[in-house]
Amino acid sequence: MSAQADMLAVFPESPPPDLARTLDLAGYRWKAVSGTDDVARNEPAAGWAGAVVACDVDPDGAWALCRALRKRDVPVSPLLLLVGGGQLGELALRDDLYDDFCLTPFHPIELEARLRHQLWRGGASVKPDVVEYSELALNVETYQASIEGRPLDLTYMEYELLKFLAQNPGKVFTRELLLSRVWGYEYYGGARTVDVHIRRLRAKLGEEHQNLIQTVRSVGYRFGQSRWG
Amino acid sequence: MLQQNGLVMNEQQRNYVLHTVEERGVRLVRLWFTDVLGNLKSFAISPAELENALEDGMTFDGSSIDGFSRVQESDVLAIPDPNTFEVLPWGDSKAAEARVFCDIHNLDGTPFQGDPRQVLRRNLEEARSMGLTFYVAPDMEFFYFEPPVRGQAPVVLDEAGFFDLTASDVSGSLRKQTIRTLEAMGIPVEYSFHEDAPSQHEIDLRHNDVLSMADAIMTFRLVVKEVASSQGVYASFMPKPLEGVQGSGMHLHLSLFNGEENAFFSAEDDYNLSPIAKQFMAGLLRHAAEITAVTNQTVNSYKRLVPGFEAPVHISWARNNRSGLIRVPIPKKGNPLATRIEYRSPDPACNPYLAFSVILAAGMRGIREGYELPAEADANLFQMDDAQLFKLGIDQIPSSLGDALKVMEESSLVAEALGEHIFEWFLRNKRNEWRAYKAHVSSFEHDRYLRSL
Repeated sequence: MSAQADMLAVFPESPPPDLARTLDLAGYRWKAVSGTDDVARNEPAAGWAGAVVACDVDPDGAWALCRALRKRDVPVSPLLLLVGGGQLGELALRDDLYDDFCLTPFHPIELEARLRHQLWRGGASVKPDVVEYSELALNVETYQASIEGRPLDLTYMEYELLKFLAQNPGKVFTRELLLSRVWGYEYYGGARTVDVHIRRLRAKLGEEHQNLIQTVRSVGYRFGQSRWG
Repeated sequence: MLQQNGLVMNEQQRNYVLHTVEERGVRLVRLWFTDVLGNLKSFAISPAELENALEDGMTFDGSSIDGFSRVQESDVLAIPDPNTFEVLPWGDSKAAEARVFCDIHNLDGTPFQGDPRQVLRRNLEEARSMGLTFYVAPDMEFFYFEPPVRGQAPVVLDEAGFFDLTASDVSGSLRKQTIRTLEAMGIPVEYSFHEDAPSQHEIDLRHNDVLSMADAIMTFRLVVKEVASSQGVYASFMPKPLEGVQGSGMHLHLSLFNGEENAFFSAEDDYNLSPIAKQFMAGLLRHAAEITAVTNQTVNSYKRLVPGFEAPVHISWARNNRSGLIRVPIPKKGNPLATRIEYRSPDPACNPYLAFSVILAAGMRGIREGYELPAEADANLFQMDDAQLFKLGIDQIPSSLGDALKVMEESSLVAEALGEHIFEWFLRNKRNEWRAYKAHVSSFEHDRYLRSL
């Protein structure tokens, strides 16, 4: 990201007045965005310096936006969330989608402090992010997967599914959860889609490695070894 | 973001494709599409063109493609579907090639009526509007032969004494290599085995949504032929290549899903079939004759559909009667997800996009209009005479391409499903094929009549 980037993306389109005020008072430049399309349309030439996403009004829209911001060529970071106390559960398994969060109603000084700290951290150099498990490696920066050092050619959805699983080894996921986290809720086709893609991933992993993804009967799927055993 | 007629170009997917091309050093990207008769067509572009192609499509002259030609102008637009981007697992790994299926559009961006993939997309809309996803699992049958010599009968491998290996070694290793290649391309295989006829093989694919499956069948036919030819063997999907033994079919296992629920399953029913399943079957049965020209599109297709070779002849259904057109297999352990119907007439020489379109249209018509499913025909129909069949109200599948075309011509269901452009072009093209065949004097006639008459 260019060093001159100084514009924050803020969601939703009409941000809560106290958020707008806090950002203004702290001297940040910011632009409100209504959704994924808007992020690209309103992006400043130097790119986004970061984002503040309020999740309490439109959680689905907010998560979709976070996902979109993170999946860009250069993922938008830092990403600060505002969540209601009842939403803390939604943070689980979404660690990749945000850098820090504030509970609402937030204290303006706390929000400012967290944002400042995150922006400071973002100044450090960015190294390619590699997810590794046993013989499998996924380079999140270049979208490349390999197994035993040989490239694994995946379609986009296969790649996203494998990445999600490999980032959370040992955990059991239901089909619904995989569908909502990897495809997004709006995806048409239902949880059956997950089975089809799991089977395709196993086919591509080949006989020796297809056990990396295990079926947990009448629950869903698990990547790698169970934590208990 | 380009969003037209259900075509959503996803920016993230495009980025993924462009990244992959760069990282994997892809030298050539093949744009695939299918002509009306079901032949795979391809043109190659350099990676530098790909971004532009994903964004705006590639213009090409469609006039030389079967069924694409129109009177006014011939330029059409191929827009790659980034979802289908795959690096091809064969060829030089240092100069990798990739393929991507395309949707064909008119220059003004509307779907091109002559494109079978667009036809299937259109036919999916009704099921989709009801929240249903159509799943298909095909059983693909084919033969291995020695490379054919024009004018000579095909030579099967099992009798050919192929190289030093026994024939079963050759075809067994061919099949293994084929399956490995298919799986590497994300086409999972459920079963594979040597079929009854000499040199005949069957590979059953795992179910997938119908559009992905039509793409997979196009890929499948290419992979089977490529792998065979790399070993000096010829693979053929001709429906009945040898007289006196089984032909090659493409039985289709069909189901409709509503999210994670199998809409064909009902725990209350004796057959575990839901009302939707029965109406879908009734639609298929009532319109079976009309859609047969599409599911069985060659003169030769009808030589497979004769009694005595496990191919269907009668328009009927049953649980365990392979002479019927629809079989209702009993799922393993009564698994609700595995409840499905098996439509047994199609052959692997059809255009899968068009075949799936008319099958879905017939089934959905049955659901929409609440058709009543006729009684199960569990007796062996091959042993009944016409009078008995008539009494049971059981018709036959058209017995020739000519008959099938006659029924299709009168069908508003098929006209609607295929769209005017393909409907008319297909009839014209296939009537010509039928006329050419009718004028042909065969060795059957010489053997039978030349001396005696």
